[in-house]
Amino acid sequence: MGRNQIRDVQKASASNPQVRVLGPGRDWFTVGLRELVEYHELLYFLVWRDIKVRYKQSVLGAAWAILQPFMMMVVFTIFFNRMAGVGSGDVPYPLFSYAGLLPWTFFAQGLSQSSNSLVGSANLVRKVYFPRVVVPMSSILSGAVDFALAFTVLLAMMGYYGVWPTATIVFLPLFALLAFVASLGVGLWLAALNVEYRDVRYVVPFIVQLWLFVTPVIYPSAPVVAKLENAGLPGWLYGLNPMAGVVEGFRWCLFGGSAPGSILVASTVSALFLMVSGALYFWRVEDTFADVV
Amino acid sequence: MSNVAIRIEDLAKRYRIGTRAGSYKTFREALTGLVQTPWKRLRSIRDARRGEGEDTLWALDGVDLEIPTGEPVAIIGPNGAGKTTLLKILSRITKPTRGRVELHGRVGSLLEVGTGFHPELTGRENIFLNGAILGMRKTEIERKFDQIVAFAEIDRFLDTAVKHYSSGMYVRLAFAVAAHLEPEILLVDEVLAVGDAEFQKKCMGKMDEVGRQGRTVLFVSHNMTAVKALCTKAVLLRDGKVTAQGDTIDVVKQYMSQTSFGGAAERTWRVDNAPGNKIARLLAVRIRDATGEVRADIDSQQPFSIEIDFENLADSALLGTTVVLYNEEGECVLSTLSNNDPVWHGRMRPCGTYRSRCEMPANLFPDGLLFISVFVWGDNYKWGFQESEVATVQIHETAGSARGDFLKQMAGVVRPNCPWSSAPIGRIAQQPEPTRR
Repeated sequence: MGRNQIRDVQKASASNPQVRVLGPGRDWFTVGLRELVEYHELLYFLVWRDIKVRYKQSVLGAAWAILQPFMMMVVFTIFFNRMAGVGSGDVPYPLFSYAGLLPWTFFAQGLSQSSNSLVGSANLVRKVYFPRVVVPMSSILSGAVDFALAFTVLLAMMGYYGVWPTATIVFLPLFALLAFVASLGVGLWLAALNVEYRDVRYVVPFIVQLWLFVTPVIYPSAPVVAKLENAGLPGWLYGLNPMAGVVEGFRWCLFGGSAPGSILVASTVSALFLMVSGALYFWRVEDTFADVV
Repeated sequence: MSNVAIRIEDLAKRYRIGTRAGSYKTFREALTGLVQTPWKRLRSIRDARRGEGEDTLWALDGVDLEIPTGEPVAIIGPNGAGKTTLLKILSRITKPTRGRVELHGRVGSLLEVGTGFHPELTGRENIFLNGAILGMRKTEIERKFDQIVAFAEIDRFLDTAVKHYSSGMYVRLAFAVAAHLEPEILLVDEVLAVGDAEFQKKCMGKMDEVGRQGRTVLFVSHNMTAVKALCTKAVLLRDGKVTAQGDTIDVVKQYMSQTSFGGAAERTWRVDNAPGNKIARLLAVRIRDATGEVRADIDSQQPFSIEIDFENLADSALLGTTVVLYNEEGECVLSTLSNNDPVWHGRMRPCGTYRSRCEMPANLFPDGLLFISVFVWGDNYKWGFQESEVATVQIHETAGSARGDFLKQMAGVVRPNCPWSSAPIGRIAQQPEPTRR
């Protein structure tokens, strides 16, 4: 078993695309990637389904996408800014926190949705074959619509405060992509773990909560970096939280200022690490999903 | 193009059973586990992973098969023989533990109709969603869209959410999507157990058509009539091994005669795995002889009864049951409904457990086995679920039966004691009185 059998599988499949050989071994990781491309339409339909269903069932529909980050922003502004005196530099605090909440909400929603996605689709996983990775992926991507809706509110707020976006706004999609990569990385880990250990379900809200506080959504990252450097540590350590880079990057795109250099590099590396390791772990255990879930 | 559609070599699949506690933990379990016996616990999980624990089951154990192209083949066997596991491996849902499968062509599987349907979405939306889940491309679905709608006969409700569909419409739509998949190899698992007779006929027609187009159909079913109608060849699985293969008629006969000889007089279910739905569930099926004893071997000259225990889970549901008997050839001998009882039928009942009894008259069945399938249905036959082969009766003929002194093979699915009389109708030759030899 193992190597030889895998090679056998590859060889037979390559020599005649009409013939597929199944065996106990795992397909190569690259085979999985190719299949993901093959099934991109399913990914599209699952995202489409999630969005359709979400807005069909709720009374307020699309308003939820806006309401959640908006209310958070209001609460943050009142309690952290007005009462606790958390500053935000040149940018008005409501804008500052909302700009952070945008990618944060996308990330956090994606993370919690995707971690429960495989168990939630157990019926599908047990009955039909498709690359399993489309399930957590679609649950993150379906948050993109919420993100877009909430973004329009941001633009309206910027108009209200008379803050004009800088030219760096063209980089914004890159940071959204980075948030997606980070969310997918953690989501893949948690979704796969959740199949076998249902504890994950209880841990996820907790993770999300803690993660919010170590991410510069409520407060700016500068004091944190300064503290780290005062303690003789490199400031980029803060960027190991990939969302630190994403949130700071968002603010930089929208409001200008100095680019989050080293933090961004660290965040990119750490997000990629999460995604690659998550994908590898997922690939390692996905064959057992149908039996265990 | 080779003439083999599927080649299976030494295929085996092991499942862990009874170790779910080890593989599926909750927080509390994990906590108590950590406090109590952390090492023992870890070791048992590790053993189960390696398959060293005792709690493993070989659902398939060394299956070798070759399925020729363009031939409908039935997979039959008792529950737990590994039929569904085989289909799951062929459709790539699960990996084999050992062995090798070669698939020549695209595989489509119909393991359960309506998988992935979303109740909130409309019929139109679900056609696209379900098609994509089954592996169809968007352009392909668009091309076949009208055909699918026509087959399902739902055109008026195309833009209605499927949660408002009747169960019949739901199943029709689901089957229609799957039936238009057009794979070279079609795997079908017991889909004919759903829908009304009319629709079942339509499904069978569609599968027959698939077969005639030179595509391969692998059909798992408990319905021997369907198996014999659709498939020329059959494979008998038992305990994860192939025990017979060949012409369907022969294999079905062999299966029927091997199955639970002497009958199985009683089948009961635990509440947590009882067949059923939100409204009703089946609790037990029993065979009682004329004296009321639970037994499976019945004298053909004695009546017997079939008892069905079920639970009504929804207040004031209108429930009924059906008994269907099959003989060893897989032919349906009779079916009878609880609507024969005017006291029971058509009246709403409160939640609770109920027992329906169906009396089988004496002198009706020939010797041999009778396989009993049971339906529980409700709300004027709007829905129902079936459990196949829940019990088996062995009918014995004894002296004085309708067979009389004729001891050779006797044809017919029933053998009532039809009264005979013979008398002269014309002139009688002058011969000595006829005497009994």
